[in-house]
Amino acid sequence: MGRFVIRRILQMVPVFIGTTLIVYFLVTQMGGDPIQNLYGEKPVPDNIRATLTAQYHLDDPFFVRYWYYFSGLLQGDFGESIAQGRPIAELLVEAWPETLKVAGVAFVFELVIGVVAGVLAGMRRGSFIDNLVLVSTLTVIAIPIFVLGNVGQTFLGQEWGLFPVAGTDDGFISYLLPGMVLGSVSLAYIARLARASVAENLRADYIRTAKAKGLPKSRVIGIHVLRNSLIPVVTYLGADLGSLMGGAIVTEGIFNIPGVGFQLFSSLNVEDGPAVVGFVSLLVLVYLITALVVDMLYAVLDPRIRYE
Amino acid sequence: MSNTTKSPEEAFAEGMAGTVVPDVSSKQDKTRSLAQDALRDLIRRPMFIVSGILIVAILIIASFPTLFTSVDPLACDLKHSMEGPSGSAWFGYNFQGCDVYSQTIYGTRNSIIVGVLTTIFSLIIGGLVGVLGGFFGKWTDALLSFVTNVFFGLPLLLAAIVILNNFRDEKGMRNAGVMAVVLTLSVVGWMSMARVMRGAVMQVKQADYVAAARSLGASTSRMMFRHVLPNSITPLIVVATISLGAVIGAEATLSFLGIGIRPPAISWGVMISEAQGRISQGLHPLLFPSGMLTITVLAFIMLGDAVRDAFDPKLR
Repeated sequence: MGRFVIRRILQMVPVFIGTTLIVYFLVTQMGGDPIQNLYGEKPVPDNIRATLTAQYHLDDPFFVRYWYYFSGLLQGDFGESIAQGRPIAELLVEAWPETLKVAGVAFVFELVIGVVAGVLAGMRRGSFIDNLVLVSTLTVIAIPIFVLGNVGQTFLGQEWGLFPVAGTDDGFISYLLPGMVLGSVSLAYIARLARASVAENLRADYIRTAKAKGLPKSRVIGIHVLRNSLIPVVTYLGADLGSLMGGAIVTEGIFNIPGVGFQLFSSLNVEDGPAVVGFVSLLVLVYLITALVVDMLYAVLDPRIRYE
Repeated sequence: MSNTTKSPEEAFAEGMAGTVVPDVSSKQDKTRSLAQDALRDLIRRPMFIVSGILIVAILIIASFPTLFTSVDPLACDLKHSMEGPSGSAWFGYNFQGCDVYSQTIYGTRNSIIVGVLTTIFSLIIGGLVGVLGGFFGKWTDALLSFVTNVFFGLPLLLAAIVILNNFRDEKGMRNAGVMAVVLTLSVVGWMSMARVMRGAVMQVKQADYVAAARSLGASTSRMMFRHVLPNSITPLIVVATISLGAVIGAEATLSFLGIGIRPPAISWGVMISEAQGRISQGLHPLLFPSGMLTITVLAFIMLGDAVRDAFDPKLR
């Protein structure tokens, strides 16, 4: 197990370098003029332009800039935002908790409801509840998330006043609706995965054995079926956590939550390259770490899976 | 990827790889290959029929919008602004006073073009990477898997936004054409296809008929394209059908963020993006394009589901 984890972490290093290199390349190709954006329509004084260009290494060749960025990253320095003139680490510290709260609500929401709906549907294939789950999940998958967000905001927030409309002033409640919107599509996928997996496992030999042994139904379903059916769900959840963070860009925009997605999008709008790279790098890191955690979870769920 | 665990795509591909047995039977005996079985099975499925009819209808709308409306989608008259559905304008008018029905019809083409072309391109990229990696193994596979993992690390939406941000018009405004959106979404969307293909190829490669072809002296390219590829492509087709719907949704999301296709070009995403700020004044400019988008995505996902079920030997 220990060797496996070390090997996986070593494998993560080149992937992280490759991914950040691509992001850095894309961002440096963005064109635009971040310094001009600081001044709006007014002309930029030459001395200020020269100072800022030197400070942010804007004139250096691509690989030199990447090297500055990467060596800084290794020392825990994410660089400095051009547009806001503040360390990106500071921006990250402000934005992360917001995104984590939204993603956390989404995660719990999709996990609990998705698994329950999936298991209920899988246990009674062809029943009313099965068809209900199939049709409703398909519909949710087909509706784009921004339509869901807007409609939810208008009706649940504005018209009926069940949830705060936008912003984060109301504490925990203000993250509920954005979280549910963000998690809705994944919820549908999880329900379908769990359903297929449960339906397949119910026919397995060990379930018949468990029933034949006279085990109570709750134990057969709760331990034998569920534990074996959760592996595809866990795999999906791992890959999904990364997309929840990245996908928050739409939800955070609609509900006006100053999280990572929100910050990222406003940084893009003013061509603030360093900030964009900083935010994306951290997202990539989160993605890689969740992939590792998922791989280790397999062994917990299914002792038959061993890491040599 | 680790050696000990399989990604869901690979596990899925292994389950389905090799299900299309080469059709060696002559016409006289009545044995059918699994592909023929699956086809016979498919045309009896209500889900396949419904989604097939929907998709054909959508394709006709996309190809010949003038068959369905004679109203110019860009002939807008502010005096009709936000008027509800009526006999003369079935879906009502939007804020600019444009006919929502006509716009929805004309918007179909861009959405479908993006969906179909992106899927074809990512099918080619992902399929090629998957076949080469799965077939040759060793360092080829290591290298291609590495590249796949690097791209997997990029969050799809973010990468697409960063790339499309570079497409500007003369005034410096973001304005990506349809082809820019297609290429961007293909570049950031081929990875799961590569993984599915790789898993399928690795399994088919070990089949007896491949060994037989090899011992008969077949060349590498012949083995790859005549034996391995036809037998491992089914899972790829299934994933492609399902992802086609997702791509159409992604295009709409990009337009919504103001980064993909921009007005005056029309797509459902552009329409929804314009309508969403004024939901409180009227729901119809949002409702109809969203409805069409949802139906289209739904149709492709249902088609993919039906094809997968028909080809999955476990469910027989």
